[in-house]
Amino acid sequence: MLTIEDLGILRSVDETDDGLLVTITPTYSGCPAMEAIRADLLAAFRDAGRDDVRVEFVLAPAWTTDWMSDEGKRKLEEFGIAPPQPRPRDGVVALTLSLRCPQCGSPDTRELSRFGSTACKSLWVCNSCAEPFDHFKAI
Amino acid sequence: MNTRDYALSLGDDALVAAQRMGEWIAAAPQIEEDVAVGNIALDLLGQARSLLTYAGSLEDPVRTEDDLAYWRDEREFHNVHLVERSWGVLPERPRDFGVLVARLLVLSTYLCELYDRLSTSTDETLAAVAAKAVKEVDYHRDHATLWVLRLGDGTEESHTRMQAALDAEWPYVAELFDDAWVDPTLVERGVAVLPSTLRDPFDLRIVDVLARATLHLPDVAAAVGGGRRGVHTEQMGYVLAEMQHLTRSHPGATW
Ligand SMILES: [Zn+2]
Repeated sequence: MLTIEDLGILRSVDETDDGLLVTITPTYSGCPAMEAIRADLLAAFRDAGRDDVRVEFVLAPAWTTDWMSDEGKRKLEEFGIAPPQPRPRDGVVALTLSLRCPQCGSPDTRELSRFGSTACKSLWVCNSCAEPFDHFKAI
Repeated sequence: MNTRDYALSLGDDALVAAQRMGEWIAAAPQIEEDVAVGNIALDLLGQARSLLTYAGSLEDPVRTEDDLAYWRDEREFHNVHLVERSWGVLPERPRDFGVLVARLLVLSTYLCELYDRLSTSTDETLAAVAAKAVKEVDYHRDHATLWVLRLGDGTEESHTRMQAALDAEWPYVAELFDDAWVDPTLVERGVAVLPSTLRDPFDLRIVDVLARATLHLPDVAAAVGGGRRGVHTEQMGYVLAEMQHLTRSHPGATW
């Protein structure tokens, strides 16, 4: 299972005087999954016997794919999503030359569309096996 | 004019731009472009939500993002005219893809410069929203640039229509850089960015893209603005009617 910790969305969990405070950050400003993640967290804590939980969203520092764990990247690839590459350093032009196809492993792939099924992904296709696949964009 | 008004105006720009762009979903020339414009609108909507939530939190009593989006009337919106206009150049083509590309280039180039500067605002919330948003609008600008190059330096037909679209959008560019509505003390305190200081970097970027696309900078007079004072074009009413009618028909409805 890919967790919100794997993705770097979970920022902190703190015991406070008035209960547990869970802090999460969105991947993109308009990420529609945030409300669902909050609801799932509250439900999971309730199942575990905690109903004194607050979930807060923070924007700073801005989420980056560099916070995704190696384990998270491995799991993404298992699900057929090409994981983000390391971000270029400031001032260096980003250039995604090629990605490895998560289905057959071929490096012979090309970008079909700069935008994909969600804000965080672009759409690619493999020239070897002809299968399309999502790519988690590095930001 | 205070921080609330500043956040509200920037939020209204993003909200109305997103609402207008939604009209392109299932109407773009390619399915990939439907997806692209949907994603761009979603990013802008996310930025609008953060900015409006912040603006509403500074009011007494507090108003939510939904209160502000759905229950204000036209004169209470402070977005620029650029984002509220419909998509046509010619009456027989009410939705012109060239206009979408031109507006996206103008808006994303402006927002890149604005959010970049605002990410060091002394207002922590504005700085956080901007630092997040700048990564998003940077990607939008890349996308718009690719289309401007492709259409401008494409066929005679695409070149002519791209230039016509730029000419149609250009009168509404000047309003983005108007300083009159921003309280100088907000700028002095490092909260707000003085809009006119964004003009030079904006022009540099635009001139470079247009030159590479074999297009020229439009030489047209600026339109009479007024959006920041709540004075809008006749097209604003249509945007709000579509955006607000459901909530106003069924107040308090949830699902
Ligand atoms: Zn393959």
